[in-house]
Amino acid sequence: MAWLSLISMWLIPGMIAFILLYGTFKKVPTYESFVEGGKEGIHIAVSIVPYLIGMMVAIGIFRASGALDSLVEWVRPLLLWIGLPPEVFPLAIIRPISGNAALGMVSDLIAVHGPDSFIGRLASVMQGSTDTTFYVLTVYFGAVGIKRMGDALKVGLWADVAGFIAALVIVSWMF
Amino acid sequence: MVNFIWVGLTIIGLIFAAVNGKMDEVNEAVFKSAGEAVTICIGLVSVLVFWLGLMRIAEEAGLLKQLARLFEPFARRLFPDVPSGHPAMGYILSNMTANFFGLGNAATPLGIKAMEELKRLNGGKAEASRSMITFLAINTSSITLIPTTVLAIRFSYHSASPAEIIAPTICATACSTVAAIAIDRFFYRRRKKREEK
Repeated sequence: MAWLSLISMWLIPGMIAFILLYGTFKKVPTYESFVEGGKEGIHIAVSIVPYLIGMMVAIGIFRASGALDSLVEWVRPLLLWIGLPPEVFPLAIIRPISGNAALGMVSDLIAVHGPDSFIGRLASVMQGSTDTTFYVLTVYFGAVGIKRMGDALKVGLWADVAGFIAALVIVSWMF
Repeated sequence: MVNFIWVGLTIIGLIFAAVNGKMDEVNEAVFKSAGEAVTICIGLVSVLVFWLGLMRIAEEAGLLKQLARLFEPFARRLFPDVPSGHPAMGYILSNMTANFFGLGNAATPLGIKAMEELKRLNGGKAEASRSMITFLAINTSSITLIPTTVLAIRFSYHSASPAEIIAPTICATACSTVAAIAIDRFFYRRRKKREEK
């Protein structure tokens, strides 16, 4: 899938060039705007430190104790039948519930299996291609006082399942 | 929910460790994992600062607005209940554009604004309307163009090609968004049928 790799490689440099040129053309004070926007990035990175520490320590304990191996061993036949590496299974469970917790799991999977392994790539794509359904629902409906969610949760969770399947199929096919 | 999972992981781990005699490994894991989490966050600073800085330029240059205009005919089909020119549509479009560029923090307030307008359209009822469910379905399936945080993590673990997951992520996102819309339509039809009975 050479062309997909090519898109991956060119997308970021292309966007950088386009945004900088377009900004200059529109007379945006590019460097000042960049610095202003960048400050927000520091804030975000610092604010997720506790989420990551909390989740990664819990996963660290769970794995070091041998509990993860037992769980993975237990569901292995079913997951292998689907074609999902059993190690990724806990990520699929937590992804709709907490985005930062899932980020902790992705980091953990990448640290253990390597970023360029099948598991590392699959975890990366799964993390990037779906969002935290429960969080979105709570924030958006909570903020405007919607009490009866209707089918929203069901729709969101089924969409997550679809996203995971898509991630699995595409990663298996591409790499 | 996340509270139970978190406590569950830790306690089950501790019980397993006690039974299997792996307390040494657990002690080591506690401090090693915490340290790793901090390392990741430091790695995230670089990418987040650069990306959000770049996006600020895009925003001030009016690129986000341009893109929202591009999405409009598409959005009108997705939300047939929202009259054209209604402020709800504007917020929905800017929320989708912000998400598209990975500006989660900018997207959330816009999404809430969109929800307020949709609630007004629905007569202020405390019940989710059809458009609200569609809007949430699209939001939960994520429409991000570049998964910046994932890129940062791959980079900090010395991936040979951190960016190689961009194209597959976009494909998977597109699939999940299309699926979300289809699933949403399916449930909508089912509701309609029930009401008719």
